[in-house]
Formats: sequence, structure tokens, C-alpha cells
Amino acid sequence: MASRHTHAKRIEGLDKNVWVAFTSLAADPSIVNLGQGFPDIPPPSYVKDALAKAASVDRMNQYTRGFGHPSLVKALSQVYGKVYSRQVDPLKEILVTVGGYGSLFSTIQGLVDEGDEVIIVEPFFDCYVPMVRMAGAKPVLIPLRPKPGKKTVSSADWYLDPDELSAKFSSKTKAIIINTPNNPIGKVFTRGELQMIADLCIKHDTLCFSDEVYEWLVYKGHQHVKIATLPGMWDRTITIGSAGKTFSVTGWKLGWSIGPEHLIKHLQTVMQNTLYTCPTPLQEAVAQGLLLNYKLMGQPDCYFSSLAEELEGKRDHLAAILQEAGMSPVVPEGGYFMLVDVTPLNQDLSHMGDDEAYDYKFVKWMIKEKKLAAIPVTAFVGEESKEQFEKYIRLCFIKEDSTLEAAGDILKNWRKV
Amino acid sequence: MGIIRILAPYLTLLRPNLVQNHQLIMARRLYASRTIGVDKNVWVEFTQLAADYKAVNLGQGFPDFSPPQFVQDAFCKAVSGGPQMHQYTRAFGHPRLVKSLAKFFSRVVGHEIDPFEDVLVTVGAYQALFCAFQALIDDGDEVIIVEPFFDCYQPMVLMAGGTAVYVPLRPKGGSSVLSSGDWVLSAEELASKITPRTKAIVINTPNNPLGKVYKVEELQMIADLCIKHDLLCFSDEVYEWLTYDGAKHVKIASLPGMWERTITVGSAGKTFSATGWKVGWAISSGKLIKHMKIIHQNSVYHCATAAQEAVSHGFDREYELFGTPESYFQQLPATLHQKRQKLASCLRSVGLQPVMPEGGYFMITDISSVNVDLNDESTKNESYDFRFVKWLIKEKGLATIPVSAFFSPEHSKEFDKYIRFCFVKEDSTLEAAEEILRKWSQKE
Repeated sequence: MASRHTHAKRIEGLDKNVWVAFTSLAADPSIVNLGQGFPDIPPPSYVKDALAKAASVDRMNQYTRGFGHPSLVKALSQVYGKVYSRQVDPLKEILVTVGGYGSLFSTIQGLVDEGDEVIIVEPFFDCYVPMVRMAGAKPVLIPLRPKPGKKTVSSADWYLDPDELSAKFSSKTKAIIINTPNNPIGKVFTRGELQMIADLCIKHDTLCFSDEVYEWLVYKGHQHVKIATLPGMWDRTITIGSAGKTFSVTGWKLGWSIGPEHLIKHLQTVMQNTLYTCPTPLQEAVAQGLLLNYKLMGQPDCYFSSLAEELEGKRDHLAAILQEAGMSPVVPEGGYFMLVDVTPLNQDLSHMGDDEAYDYKFVKWMIKEKKLAAIPVTAFVGEESKEQFEKYIRLCFIKEDSTLEAAGDILKNWRKV
Repeated sequence: MGIIRILAPYLTLLRPNLVQNHQLIMARRLYASRTIGVDKNVWVEFTQLAADYKAVNLGQGFPDFSPPQFVQDAFCKAVSGGPQMHQYTRAFGHPRLVKSLAKFFSRVVGHEIDPFEDVLVTVGAYQALFCAFQALIDDGDEVIIVEPFFDCYQPMVLMAGGTAVYVPLRPKGGSSVLSSGDWVLSAEELASKITPRTKAIVINTPNNPLGKVYKVEELQMIADLCIKHDLLCFSDEVYEWLTYDGAKHVKIASLPGMWERTITVGSAGKTFSATGWKVGWAISSGKLIKHMKIIHQNSVYHCATAAQEAVSHGFDREYELFGTPESYFQQLPATLHQKRQKLASCLRSVGLQPVMPEGGYFMITDISSVNVDLNDESTKNESYDFRFVKWLIKEKGLATIPVSAFFSPEHSKEFDKYIRFCFVKEDSTLEAAEEILRKWSQKE
């Protein structure tokens, strides 16, 4: 009976998923969870109010425009028109999707073909590789490397080797995926680094998919640069954003792709053949949140900057706690994750066998023995780079101070049995 | 390899090379070949037209009244609930919702449904269908689609590399066809379409646009073929609660031997008149759901939390009130039954011939007796019903949908004298439509 009910080839080898494995381990309420990337701080009240208000309007409970609710695409066009310093057509240059995740999917399905190669910078948000593979294309990985001779104390200590990157481009390269600010390292690519990537995209005539979901979360002394604003790049770049990360509402699952009409239209084709439209009241509420903050852009009470300020404090707090506990944090320039080098702890995990990378074993051990959850960083790299990253774990710091304190207590008492 | 794949490289020559500001952007083709042939969409065209002419809209299928108070209250409660209501929930379905769905449908289907293995929550039934096709249809597989079909099935089969094979419901007994029950599937015709490459059959009951509610013997005929040829069955049952005149909705998954080979798709949008919430689900044997989960985790991963919480409360309420007059699943069809009657008599009074639907949101109407001068150069090359619908929007301010849009290219010419009305509208909307039709018939 089962023999003919075989699955399609496109899902071969795509079943493993780090989140499925680790979210259930960390689900026990007694565990302090700095693992999965979602806030336990509340979203701003005006977005929740906007949602309640939207749901009370009859029309808002029914289908809206497939490629994005009119008031939302207009608001996005305003905000990003300002950010890009160019007119962004709300109907032709924007697609609203189910989270940044949905934008990545629409982009890859719409623009990447079987046999294409896609360059992915390691460590990468884990879905890039399975999505590229599901499209029948080949992921070509290139790791961020620590600058020679430097201890990794900041995400700025990691860089892309220009010659190494250049060698990854071939005649089959369709696109390169970059993520800035980067998850999990927190690196914010500089203008010079992005120019280097842009030059290669133009030289080899490739597309660029830029995952910028953490675009507002950039800390003092650093600036988020959009690769699409570099000369020659608008026409070949899709830039991805997220309401979930912008407004601390990951459970709303709304995101967007912004780019030129000749690319966005293919993402729209995918959208109309996959889920057609995103939920209406949520889109209306995000539109209200964007309009409110658009008026405040540049001012301290704009949520885009006030959240970054709040998180900078938490970042510094967590880094201090980790240093006190004898670990080596990598202080991020952006985003809400921090890598920690656990080598100084010298934790013997030989009793856990040989079949997993050190960080996987360490995190499982830490959840069980110390009741503290993190995410292993080798989940974000390919086979060849595992050795380079297996002493790092990822901690999420968009958490209540009480959660960070609780993590602090566990870490302070680390040496005690 | 499908013909479109073979032609793909040549098709790129037909599309102009992209030139922007006199600069060639990407000499090689931009789009992925899976997007070829799936870019046109009837809704985009007709919703725009209806909006442009400010037509009374009985076209697209969504209620113009509100969801019931109890689900709206549940949504508000979720929104003002704890912070976890606004953050990620379980990827394959919010725990509270999958438990409510499993409990509710176990009783309906008569089979113990495991909430975590046998249920996948999706962004509308649309995404459930997408996951089913992507997970289970491979290059070269054939999929039988019963016509008329909800238009997305065809491009979804194509995007999965499959080949669509069509079998039409046909009106029996010649011209006096007054009910959707008079449209039937020929068992011989269906059996003749099955080949060694056939992987699945897609059915929709109650059917959009026809309104047919398949009887148990009709489903048994399909089930027998599925079992004989070891086929999968994708059963789109989004209108499952909307049956009229005592017609009974039967779940093909409940027939012997069908649970393990059927994916049943449902919709909170249609169930609770909240199409804008986009919460749907697929229920099936865990062996099939697990493949769909892989597509889901590599495409959207999670669905919005608060709406799932609200739908869960809706189902819990309906579980307690099932079969009683307070149940929304009794009240909504009763309300729509009356609207259905109202629209049908209005159409008859102006000489049109509606096909009474046994279920669903829609009514199709034979327009072959109508004599109009479709004097529109811009629609000259389109099928009759497309031209008629556009004329009706532009000249009379009434929006409907042409029914040949729901048929395959090979059969659409046989069915180009029908238009589709949605009657899930406020009485005032139906009255406005009635007014337009009355004025029109009086002029003739």
C-alpha cells in the first residue's frame, strides 16, 4: 500500500530541523530559555491596540489584496522610500509575505532554478540551505572567518575573504544570500564589505537576496547599510524585512520583500500559487504601527531606535555576566543574538559519545544539567565549517531582565556542583 | 518531462531581454521555470474591474457580513492575552488549536485523530493544498482534477511538475438542469483517465463554483478507484458546513480504506466567516502529514498565533453545541439557505436559469437565453462568459465571475454560457443586485 505513496523528491533530506529538536527540549518551564529567537518582552501596546481595533471592523476580517493589504504596502512604501531615498512603488515593488521566512521562500522559488548555484555566507540562518535545495539548486558555502591574530571578542572580528568569495562565483551562480545584521554572529556588514560583494554580483551578473530582518537593531557606532542602495544593485537585489522583528511580534508572521518590479513580479507569481494572501487584520495593525513610527523617524521615541537602545543595555548586561562566568562572549554589532565561546570552561563531554558536534552536546548537557537553553552554532554552518564553529553556542538576549538575571545566576554558580 | 519544461529555453527568446536604462540586467533568465505558465490569475483581473466600476459585488467569494461574535470575542481575548500570544507558537499548529481540531473532527470522521501527527495548520486552506501538491506530486505525476475546479489546483499541479488530467461533471438529462445534484461524474470517463502515472485525484465537496454536494455513492465510486489503483485523494472540504435542502456532507476519508490515502483540507475562513484570518488545516494519516510538514517548515514555518488561538475557542464552542440550534454550523447554513432562495428567485424573475446549489457559497446561472449586444472590441477574442461578465460589470454595475475560468482549456468551450454569483452577502447587497437585474429586464 505504502509503496506508491512516496513523497516528492524535492523534500529528500530536508526533514531535519534544529528548532524541532531544541524547542521541545527547552519547553520545560523550569528551563531558562535563551535559545529560540523570540522576545519575552511585550510588543509596544499601540500595535496590540491597532490589531484589536482592526479586528472590530467587518471588512478587516475578510480577504484583502493578495500581494499586500493596500494600507500596509503604502506605509512600507513611505518608510522605505525614506530609508532608500528613492520612490518605492507600493503595488509593484513590494510583496507582503508570511514573515521574513515567507519572503525568503517566495524569492528562492520565484528566482532560483534547478541546477543554479546560490552562494550562502556561513553561519547562515538555517533555512537558507534547505530552501535552496528544495528549489533544486546547489548551496555554495563560504564561511565568515575570524581576522587572523585576533581573539573573537566582537562580531566585527569576523570577515569575508574577498579572494575566497570571488572563487565561489561560477557561471552557474544565480544569487548570493547575505544577512545583515547577521544571525547568529551579529555582524553588521560595513559599506566596504557590501561594496566588495556588490562588485562581484555585477561582475558575474548575479542576483543578491539580502535578509535584513534585524535592520533596526544596530548598536552604537555601527550603521545598517542596504546593499540595494549601492550603484547598480537596486535592479538585482531583493531586500527582506520583518514585522515580527521590527515590532517584537514574531507570532504575527508578516514580512515583506522589496525590489524592482522585474524581480518582485516573479515573487508575486509564487505568492498567488502558494497561499494567495496574508491575514488582513494583522496587516492593518502593522500598517498603523509603521505610520506612527514613520512620523517619529530620527527621534529617540521612534520604536525603530528605542528598541535598539533597550537591547544594547541587555547586550552589555549579558556580555558582562558571561565574562564573569569565565566564558568568551562575541559582542554583536547588531541583532539580538550573542555567540559565546565555551572553550574556557573546558567542559568534558566525552561521556556523550562521538556522533554529534561539540556544541550540540554542550547545549544538550547545559539544558539538562544547568537548566539553561541556548542554540548550537553548527546548526548554522555546513559540514566543512563545523570544526571552526563547534565551540560556540548562541544566546538570545531579547528577554526580560528577570530572564537574563536568572541566566546570570546559573552562570555565576557554574563551577559549583 | 512536461512540454513546458522542454519549451522553457525557447520561451525565454519570446520574452524580451530585460533592459533597464539601456543597461542589460542579467543576460540570463531571471525567473525560475516553475513560474512559467502560472502567472495569470482570474481574481486579479476581475476584482480590479469590479473595484474600478464600483460594481455591486457578487463576484469574489467572501462574506460582506462579520464573523460571529463569539469568534471575534475570542480573537480580542487572544490579542490582549499574555505576551506569548504575539510570539511564535508550535510550527505545525498551535497546540490548543490542533487539540481542538483533533477532538472535533475525530467525532465527525469516526477515527481517532492524533493532534500532533495527523493535523497540520496552514495559512488558509490554500497553503494546505500547496503543501499537499509539493510534498506528494513529483515531476511527471498525473493528477486528476474534477471540473469545474477551484482555479488554484491547476497551477499548483503545474508548479509541482505534475500533469493535470481533467474529468468534467456534466449536467445529465439535457437542458433542464435545475440543481447542482444534476451534475454528475461518469464512472467510465473517470476510470478511463487513470494511467500508471496517476498519483492523485482532487475533489471539492461542496463544490466551488457549482455547489454540488457529492453523495456517498458518488464518493464510494471515487474511493473504489483510488483503492484499486492505489491513488491519493486530496479532498477540499472548505464549505463542509454549508449544505442546503437536507443534503449531507460526507467525508471521503471516512470511507473504508480511505483514511490512509486521503488529505482533507479545511478552512477557518469559510467555517467562521473570517476569510481574512487565513487559518486552514490538513488532516490525514501521519504518514502523509509528515511529508507536508517538511514543505511547511521550509516555506512559512509558523502561522500567526493569535488567530489560531481564536479559532481553537471557536471549535471548542461548536463541539459543545454540535447539532443544536445554537451551533453556528446550523445557523450559518440556515441564513445562507434563505439568501440562496432570494437570489435564485430574483434571477428567475428576469429570465435567467440558476442551477440551485446543494451547498457552498455560490450559484451558477445559465445565460444562454439572454440576448445582449456584447459590443466591446477589447474583449473580442475572449470566451462568451468572460465577455458577458465584463459587459455586466461595465454596463450594469454588477460583478460576477465567468464559469469557464473553472474549466480546463480543453473543456471550457462547452461551459462558456454560465456565470457565478456569490450569495454570502448582506441582504442589502442582494437587494441592490436584484434592483439592477429588475431594471435591466424591464428595459427589454
